[in-house]
Amino acid sequence: MNDSQSTARTSSGSRVKFLIGGLLIVAAVVYLIASSMQASAQYFMTVAELEEKVAEIGDRELRISGAVIGDSIQYDPSTLRLEFVIAHIPGDQKEITAQGGLAAVLHTAVNDPSQPRLKVVYTGVMPDLMRNEAQAIVTGRMGQDGVFYAEELLLKCPTRYEEAVPDQAMDG
Amino acid sequence: MLANIGFGVLVVSFITSLYGIIASIIGVRKNSLAWVESARKAMQITFPLITIVALAIILLLVTGQYQVQYVYNVTSSTMPLYLKITALWGGQSGSLVFWAWLMSAFTTAVTLRKWERDREFLPWVILVGLVTLTFFLSLILFFENPFVRFWVTAAGNQVISMFPPAGAAPLIPADGRGLNPLLRHPGMIIHPPMLYLGFVSFVIPYAFAVAALVTGRTDDRWIRITRRWTLVAWLFLSLGLVLGSRWAYDVLGWGGYWAWDPVENAAFMPWLTGTAFLHSVMIQEKRGLFKRWNMILIILTYALVIFGTFLTRSGVLSSVHSFAQSAIGPMFFGFIALSMIFSVWLLIWRWQILHAEGNMHSLLSREALFLLNNLLFMGILVVVFWGTVFPLISELFTGQKVTVGPAFYERSTGPLFAALLLLMGIAPLSAWGHSTVKTLGKALWKPALAALAVVIAAFAGGIRNGWALFGFLLVSLVIFITLFEYFRGVTARRRRTGEGWLAALFNLMARNRRRYGGYIIHLGVVLMALGIIGIEMFQTETQGTIPPGGSLRLGRYEVTFTRLDIFDANDGRNVARATVLVSKDGRMVGELHPRRDLYFDSMQPMTIPGVRSTIEDDLYVLLVDWQPISSTGVTFKVFHNPLINWLWIGGFVFILGMLVAAWPDKDPQPVPVAVRRGQAIPSRSSGD
Repeated sequence: MNDSQSTARTSSGSRVKFLIGGLLIVAAVVYLIASSMQASAQYFMTVAELEEKVAEIGDRELRISGAVIGDSIQYDPSTLRLEFVIAHIPGDQKEITAQGGLAAVLHTAVNDPSQPRLKVVYTGVMPDLMRNEAQAIVTGRMGQDGVFYAEELLLKCPTRYEEAVPDQAMDG
Repeated sequence: MLANIGFGVLVVSFITSLYGIIASIIGVRKNSLAWVESARKAMQITFPLITIVALAIILLLVTGQYQVQYVYNVTSSTMPLYLKITALWGGQSGSLVFWAWLMSAFTTAVTLRKWERDREFLPWVILVGLVTLTFFLSLILFFENPFVRFWVTAAGNQVISMFPPAGAAPLIPADGRGLNPLLRHPGMIIHPPMLYLGFVSFVIPYAFAVAALVTGRTDDRWIRITRRWTLVAWLFLSLGLVLGSRWAYDVLGWGGYWAWDPVENAAFMPWLTGTAFLHSVMIQEKRGLFKRWNMILIILTYALVIFGTFLTRSGVLSSVHSFAQSAIGPMFFGFIALSMIFSVWLLIWRWQILHAEGNMHSLLSREALFLLNNLLFMGILVVVFWGTVFPLISELFTGQKVTVGPAFYERSTGPLFAALLLLMGIAPLSAWGHSTVKTLGKALWKPALAALAVVIAAFAGGIRNGWALFGFLLVSLVIFITLFEYFRGVTARRRRTGEGWLAALFNLMARNRRRYGGYIIHLGVVLMALGIIGIEMFQTETQGTIPPGGSLRLGRYEVTFTRLDIFDANDGRNVARATVLVSKDGRMVGELHPRRDLYFDSMQPMTIPGVRSTIEDDLYVLLVDWQPISSTGVTFKVFHNPLINWLWIGGFVFILGMLVAAWPDKDPQPVPVAVRRGQAIPSRSSGD
């Protein structure tokens, strides 16, 4: 009898202990997420959006996606400085699909001089996929000089995976 | 012809699994053994059927039937045979077939076991298995048919369809486009099957959990039956993750192994809940606690497994892995939503009978520490999930897509992983039911002193990074505690039985493989942590363009460029291969060959590093660029990755521990459940 009473008492006492412990952990996780978010959130924008909002952006970390213009690529292997210009492409997947897929969108973007453009400077190894009409996703900050300084450069070449019908086909 | 056969069998297996679903439902409603047996037969027959489908695809791939779109997309004539076979999982539709095939193999294996004691579970396990299988088969059949072919109509238009439009002739391309060169790596051949095996085997414990909920038999029977499945699932998932990082390290050429890419996260999330589940089921077995929690964990794991396949396969989030864009996204989303609603409804319905059979008293007891472990794993899950879906959420609510980079994950999971490491050391020392600071301290002080000595040595050796020192403290603490536990067990056994050291060690592990296998796993994890601390905190790099004979310095290393060879290899690529000499502290230690392969069929180059590996560090040299002969020279990028190999060594130890823990027992639990439960340890309440 006495034993079960003491169990009941300690269990309600320990319930509070466990509750406090659990809440502490939840608070810690929330704090970690919130503080890390502030430190490392990157705003994903298109070239046109960037042009529009350039005044209010300041020193925020940005991710910009655009079409690489092949003629603009300049690379100095001794300093590893890579310069290129990207042209605006829509950020929305639906819009891209509506305009005939990523490959078509990239092609028009590069060949349409009226599209907004952005000069990018990146220091590092030139990626294997750096070529005309590739999709570049650059992460970095806008400089005072209107040039985008990228710390990270990702490239995608969509053609291979979207073309459904073979082009070197033969009748059989 | 072959494509038609494959397609026909695919249709038959879809119908068979649909029939099995209906039969098992009727079997339950009418309480009819005959119907349940019929469902079981249907389940078992899907396996040979889907095997035929998979074989048909493999035959098409191997014989180069480029008229079939899938074959055209993932193979080319220059690819070696083994790559043609493994191209089965090199593309979207093929990998879905592969998934379904594994799924039917596993569920079939489950239906082959003896069911005498668990008759009531059978129809529900079959039902869950078949519903999952049918979902995947319907995706293959209606959205991602691997057998569609190219045709030319009479009007000269190109068409892609399963059957030829009227008057159309087949269109046979001369050659295929070939597997993405990035995927032509041994790691990439084993990595997807391992992940899929892990994903698929987690369906089994989920199926039993559902069966337990529906039938109301919510004791730990379902956990005992599926314990080995869970371990196997976890083994494969872990193996898949380790192999994936190794592939990234070898092939992607950025000197890293893990990028917090959405698809990596997708495979990591079920691993997190699975790991939590693996720990917390032990509490249910030992103490009868956490019943609801275990249900929640396995339901979450199942949802995350499907979600993981969805992320990998639908291209919803941009990543290095989304090699495919597809319309199957909404289907996946619907299936996850439905299965979640169903599971949660079951859980609410059975909430009351899932009550705990006892209480937790002490904050330092083993079960409380396991709870803490679970909370930490859930914390990491929340962080990873949040980071992965945040771009979608932010776009949905603000119209502005905001992404988070690796820095977010590293900052927010770092402290949680550190806490887990600490816990890994302390928990094995605490007792079930009740522990105090005093009892823990008594067991802890010797290993803690030894760990402190290691840190002081590291400090004296010149390491001043506070976080790294703290990491070393945790790592060495866990290693010493684990070794100490082994030592204690072996000496106690020797005293009792008079066996030799090795015999005592072997018998000790054989007697309690789960426990000692678990310790080996822990050892593997801390060794991996050592590698991660090394590369994350001490990685250094340099880059530069050097002429022949010139050299680059990085720390104690010097890399000297001697020659560059450019030639065509006979498997459809052009190779540029540099030769560099590596010296350390002025002494020549070897030669490396970083290279760049250019694949002709895709015109895609691939950078393969030259790596010198020792247990101390890796020197990782990339060939970046070269100029025509006699100009400035060749550009290299060099990484120095200290301790990185402990990550892979730890991976091996980890797998070894898993094998120890999961190895089948000779005598499969001869004691009936009721008797076993009567013998439960005294701390357990008398609720049953």
